Amino acid sequence: MSDNWNLWEVFVRPRRGLDHVHAGSVHAPDAEIALQHARDLFTRRGEGVSLWVVRSADIVASDPGDAGELFDPADGKDYRYPTHYELPDEVANM
Amino acid sequence: MGATVLSNDELLRHADRAMVLAQRLTEWIAHAPDLEEDMALANLGLDLLGQARSLYTLAGAREGAGRTEDDFAYLREAREFRNPALVEQPNGDFAATIVRQFLHDAYAIEWWTARVDGPDPDVGALAAKVVKETTYHLRYSRGWLVRLGDGTDESHRRTSAAVDALWPFVGDLFAPSDAALRPGFDDRVAAGFADATVSVPAGAEAFTPATEPSPLLVELLAEMQSLHRAHPGVSW
Amino acid sequence: MPAPASETRQNRFDRVIAADQRIEPDDWMPEDYRKNLIRQIAQHAHSEIIGMQPEGNWLTRAPSLRRKSILLAKVQDEAGHGLYLYGAAETLGITRHELLDLLHTGRQKYANIFNYPTPTWADMGAIGWLVDGAAITNQIPLCRCSFGPYARAMVRICKEESFHQRQGFEIMVTLCNGTVEQKAMAQEALNRWWWPTLMMFGPPDTESAHSQKSMQWKIKRFTNDELRQKFVDATVPQADLIGLTVPDPELAWNDERGHYDFGEPDWDELRRVVAGDGPCNAERMATRKGAHDDGAWVREAAVAHAEKVAARTAEIAA
Ligand SMILES: [Fe+2]
Ligand SMILES: [Fe+2]
Repeated sequence: MSDNWNLWEVFVRPRRGLDHVHAGSVHAPDAEIALQHARDLFTRRGEGVSLWVVRSADIVASDPGDAGELFDPADGKDYRYPTHYELPDEVANM
Repeated sequence: MGATVLSNDELLRHADRAMVLAQRLTEWIAHAPDLEEDMALANLGLDLLGQARSLYTLAGAREGAGRTEDDFAYLREAREFRNPALVEQPNGDFAATIVRQFLHDAYAIEWWTARVDGPDPDVGALAAKVVKETTYHLRYSRGWLVRLGDGTDESHRRTSAAVDALWPFVGDLFAPSDAALRPGFDDRVAAGFADATVSVPAGAEAFTPATEPSPLLVELLAEMQSLHRAHPGVSW
Repeated sequence: MPAPASETRQNRFDRVIAADQRIEPDDWMPEDYRKNLIRQIAQHAHSEIIGMQPEGNWLTRAPSLRRKSILLAKVQDEAGHGLYLYGAAETLGITRHELLDLLHTGRQKYANIFNYPTPTWADMGAIGWLVDGAAITNQIPLCRCSFGPYARAMVRICKEESFHQRQGFEIMVTLCNGTVEQKAMAQEALNRWWWPTLMMFGPPDTESAHSQKSMQWKIKRFTNDELRQKFVDATVPQADLIGLTVPDPELAWNDERGHYDFGEPDWDELRRVVAGDGPCNAERMATRKGAHDDGAWVREAAVAHAEKVAARTAEIAA
């Protein structure tokens, strides 16, 4: 019989209108305790209005070795940004 | 203040209940089954301490003799305490603590809920917050009751033993004016015990409050009050 | 994608460190860096949870309900700090279970300061003011440590520590403004905690075994002696302000250096206590292991229950 509890990743929504943000991890034998532990660990000072917990083992992460092929191709595409474009002086705001 | 507000005796009964239980919970800190439970039990204790302080302060204001929360907590004798005997029972193992907490919370949620729209506006104002706190406490204690009762053979055995040991103190939770709360309490407890696969002991609630303060309470207070009383009248 | 050659990985790691960026758990890192971090974060985590005990000792006897609430919240925070840090260590591929095992079998250490006893209430003041104060001095630079999860845990912890130090100092102020007995209690606590606190920053730079590598890797940003000086400079005026005397005859302001000169801690004592010969080593470990061992059946029961529920759910679905 194991007394090793699973690892869960915790995401906290700091205020209504904001996204859930990763805060850290807790150990728990089930989802309800994971929520309770997350509540006790990460929201003792009003840091959150909503919690997500996800089994750490269920997270699929990109390989840091793939960062080049995944993310570098986004470089050098200046035309995606508004600053790339020249406007006539007469157009004050666009 | 109308005649329908709670008597100071009643206020102190509930302040003492919360304070004594908080005192027991602090004994767990650094001894809990896992670090997360250290945090959880501390959170329960902090809520209960807050409740006790509000009720003592209210009692002091109504009494009008200038007594503070600390005067009530530190300078009364054990025989002046009004808490139900359940909350002074020793922590025992985690199962005993959880069963004690569950029985307490099942009572407290009924009592505080009845205060929300009750005739005492000061207690009612407090109740709005305390009902939230107690709802969470019950979620915690009931959840662990079920896990321990319906866990391993060992945890089931420990939980049943705790229920047997603590059930006699249930009747004493209820003051005569609390009679209307009993059916709600019984329903909650029956459902919790059923999920935990433990049974309500057949025996009566044998405990009758003694006229003398219990040795457990005397000991608890002696420790709690020792430093405060060693330096009368100073600030901390 | 084939793993890049070790040379390249090392270069990338060096570049990230040089550019003051963060290493994240999935990144390649030198084995020494990983080991060093695990050792440091684990020791830090162990210190937080062992550190609950000296103050936990006064929870039942706190002299007012306000102080009891504050102390309970403070000790609870320390459990939280332990959890943040175990979480950071776990991103390096070791489990909390293994780390606790290393603590319980004496193969990893915790901060020596927690091997001293807390015989009086003034110790609650002295610990918050001095020990948490020293911890903050140590920890603020760690918020910029090169390992991301450790740095983020430290940001969270530092936010909470300043309440710890203030509540401790407030206890000292109150005692100093109180009766003669209360003030004597405060002075006596300062006398006992001053030197052990200075030793919290570790051995002198000339003797520190781990310092240099840690500086290179930007795990550490200041040397032990630099941090010790910072702490003394900040704390001595606070003691003066409340009328307490720092128990160091050599303590004197040095105008030229712009710092306080101060005496040498008794490093032999530090070695003795680290080696296990402190006043409370055995008690601290017995309490910690006792809690862990006594809790095993609870943790097992929770797992067993979760498995039962999962099996029942599967049965219903089938
Ligand atoms: Fe801490
Ligand atoms: Fe702290």
